[in-house]
Amino acid sequence: MLEGLMIGLSTAFSVTNILMVIGGCLIGTFIGMLPGLGPMSIIAIMIPVAITLGDPSAALILLAGVYYGAIFGGSTSSILLNAPGVAGTVASSFDGYPMARAGMAGKALTIAAISSFMGGTVGAILLMVFAPMLSTVALLFHSAEYFALMVVGLSAIAAFAGTGNVAKALMMTLLGLMMATVGEGALFNMPRFTMGLMDLQSGLSFITLAMAMFALPEAIFLVMNPGRSAQGGENGGKITGLRITGQEARKIAPVIGRQSIQGFFIGVLPGAGATIASFLGYAVERNIATEEEQKEFGKGSIKGLAAPETANNAACTGSFVPLLTLGIPGSGTTAILLGALIALNVTPGPRLMIDSPHIFWAVIISMYIGNLVLLVLNLPLIPYIAKVLSIPRNYLIPFILFFTLMGSYIGQNNATELLILVGFGICATVLRFADYPLAPLLIGFILGRMLEDNFARSMQLYDGISFILDRPMTLGLLVLAALLVIVPSYRARRARARAAGVADGD
Amino acid sequence: MTSFALGRRALMAAAAAALTFGTPASAEQVLDKVHFLIPGGAGGGWDGTARGTGEALTKGGLVGTASYENMSGGGGGKAIGYMIENAESLDDTLMVNSTPIVIRSLTGVFPHNFRDLTLVAGTIGDYAAMVVAKDSPINNMEEFLEAYREDPRGTAVGGGSVPGGMDHLVAAMVMQSAGEDPTALKYIPYDAGGKAMAALLSGEIKALSTGFSEAIALADAGEVKILGVTADERVPAYDTAPTMSEQGLDTTFVNWRGFFGAPGLSEDKVAAYQDALAKMYDTDAWEDVRARNGWVNIHNSGDDFRSFLEGQEKTIGDLMKQLGFL
Repeated sequence: MLEGLMIGLSTAFSVTNILMVIGGCLIGTFIGMLPGLGPMSIIAIMIPVAITLGDPSAALILLAGVYYGAIFGGSTSSILLNAPGVAGTVASSFDGYPMARAGMAGKALTIAAISSFMGGTVGAILLMVFAPMLSTVALLFHSAEYFALMVVGLSAIAAFAGTGNVAKALMMTLLGLMMATVGEGALFNMPRFTMGLMDLQSGLSFITLAMAMFALPEAIFLVMNPGRSAQGGENGGKITGLRITGQEARKIAPVIGRQSIQGFFIGVLPGAGATIASFLGYAVERNIATEEEQKEFGKGSIKGLAAPETANNAACTGSFVPLLTLGIPGSGTTAILLGALIALNVTPGPRLMIDSPHIFWAVIISMYIGNLVLLVLNLPLIPYIAKVLSIPRNYLIPFILFFTLMGSYIGQNNATELLILVGFGICATVLRFADYPLAPLLIGFILGRMLEDNFARSMQLYDGISFILDRPMTLGLLVLAALLVIVPSYRARRARARAAGVADGD
Repeated sequence: MTSFALGRRALMAAAAAALTFGTPASAEQVLDKVHFLIPGGAGGGWDGTARGTGEALTKGGLVGTASYENMSGGGGGKAIGYMIENAESLDDTLMVNSTPIVIRSLTGVFPHNFRDLTLVAGTIGDYAAMVVAKDSPINNMEEFLEAYREDPRGTAVGGGSVPGGMDHLVAAMVMQSAGEDPTALKYIPYDAGGKAMAALLSGEIKALSTGFSEAIALADAGEVKILGVTADERVPAYDTAPTMSEQGLDTTFVNWRGFFGAPGLSEDKVAAYQDALAKMYDTDAWEDVRARNGWVNIHNSGDDFRSFLEGQEKTIGDLMKQLGFL
């Protein structure tokens, strides 16, 4: 391994390659901030450039920089504008956006940058040490386990149910699951619930729904509630507290440690990925937080931001395990990367480490450098990026609206998306007025399709639901999901009962 | 997006073609400009085909400039509707399409079929293949069929398309030619090629029905054994893979990709398009694009294209009826 490490280091530390990684990070960060252009599309755009470089190592180093930059850029729009451009950063907006609203945009971005860096770095180390062994782990999961894993992911909604709005959160989750069934699934060759509209045939698009549920209602609220936005603007203008205090660092350090590892292992499973990792990270950290801290989740908890940010980056790194060792892309982004590798005459798979070790190691080292460069480049930029929020609201609101509309149009080039966006945006605003949480709807929508596909596949393979009892890991995961839902609501009820008892005593 | 799996080759094609601009050249230009209409989003197999073809046509000097437009929706149906509704103004437009236009017209996913358009030419194709994991005890189709007869419910075949989609139909065709009931085959659909492959390696499915170029890539990586390919004779690019027919299974299948014009396109224009595409095969630019993407040249122009499509429509239609999808 040491020998490989040296090969990788000597490849990565050339002037050209360092320039590649810096360029890649910058391009990735800035394009990644636009919702609708996630890591997948940015990498697809950059691939022709990378291929013309000719040298596979340089190309991969450039792409790794773009990849990490894009993930970080995506978190930026989640945190500042409540406009998550990719599913993996939805959970970052749960606490990141409230922090930004409270005038702590700079701090939120700093936490995001540091968590991402740590997640990616720990992930890269785990990848380096365990990749060959983990290829078998990646294959332990069958459809039945993926189904159970999605159920565990859904238990993240318990975090929103704790506030006493259990029924509302459940209803929104259900609505999200129902919306996921629109269109042609992987399992049926006929479209469902499209009402004869061709534009619905491929289903509702994630980006349109995310913009409609989060960004658009936010912009509308800003218009309707000038007092609130003025206050936000005032604080945002100063951007107080860019630095993280020692106390805060001690608070998030264990979160980052746990989520780097948990996120990485979830990422190793092809078909789980960064989104599940971020939801699970959020749910787990909320569950093990103290009662005091739990109340902050959803209202600007630094733990609630650090958890998904760490987990999604660690998972992105983890997804390289099946890619490099088995040649299986676990996500859309790694599928595009696989395409790039093949175009460069590199065939990932069991033979990669033996046939071309320098490439294997260059990839791993480039991840590490990509992370480091990203942190170094972005920390000084954060105050400027955060200034977006100090734009006067009569400019900021049109800016958010433009951003939002563009995000949903750009991926599909389909104007109907805009109508769908506005329609759902209005519904979402009404729901927000009625105090329905919108995040569970989006979680349900994101997980719904995978939940259904894996469930149906298992049903077909086992000719019924016997797989739940036949496969111990499936059962275990389902029990875990049940615990993740029951324990917090039990704790919440007990806390309420205690509070009521005190009141009675008075 | 289409529900057909984007194989790695297709993804690569898309990726490689995402940023290619035509550089006008002078050598016996056939057409001034071509506008490619792509019925799916950026990054899919159709996208890669259109942009790769445009690149070869412009670099090879056959066409002055090429432009591209992605119009996704309705699994390709939206773009077909657009071609038909705006036929008069679409003289310079070529739409890319592939086998799904036949399948989806049959299932009625969209109301039109290939006869509503002007057929220009089929340009490339990919055969289908059945593969098993490297360490599987199964080595050829005969052993696969034996395993299937022993335990039909435990011998699941996976693929990257919906039930009734291309990968399923190929597997069913194979079972049919082996004298088995194609409806009894347990077909498990996956939404992307990578996941189906993971399922094969994890033992969830016993065999995988997939595109031949993808199968070659997997076999090169030392992960799968190719049981059979649906070509008439062994494919030179990978001639250790036996055909289905040499193993006594009369199954041939080509997943073609090709180009269509708006209905009522003038004969001169059609001829010019066909001429440009036919000459494209001799250019170095095309050879670059083709090799980069691992495509197989399968050229069917004009009437040949029509009879090819009619033949495929009949085969697939009969099978789908038998499988209960129609």
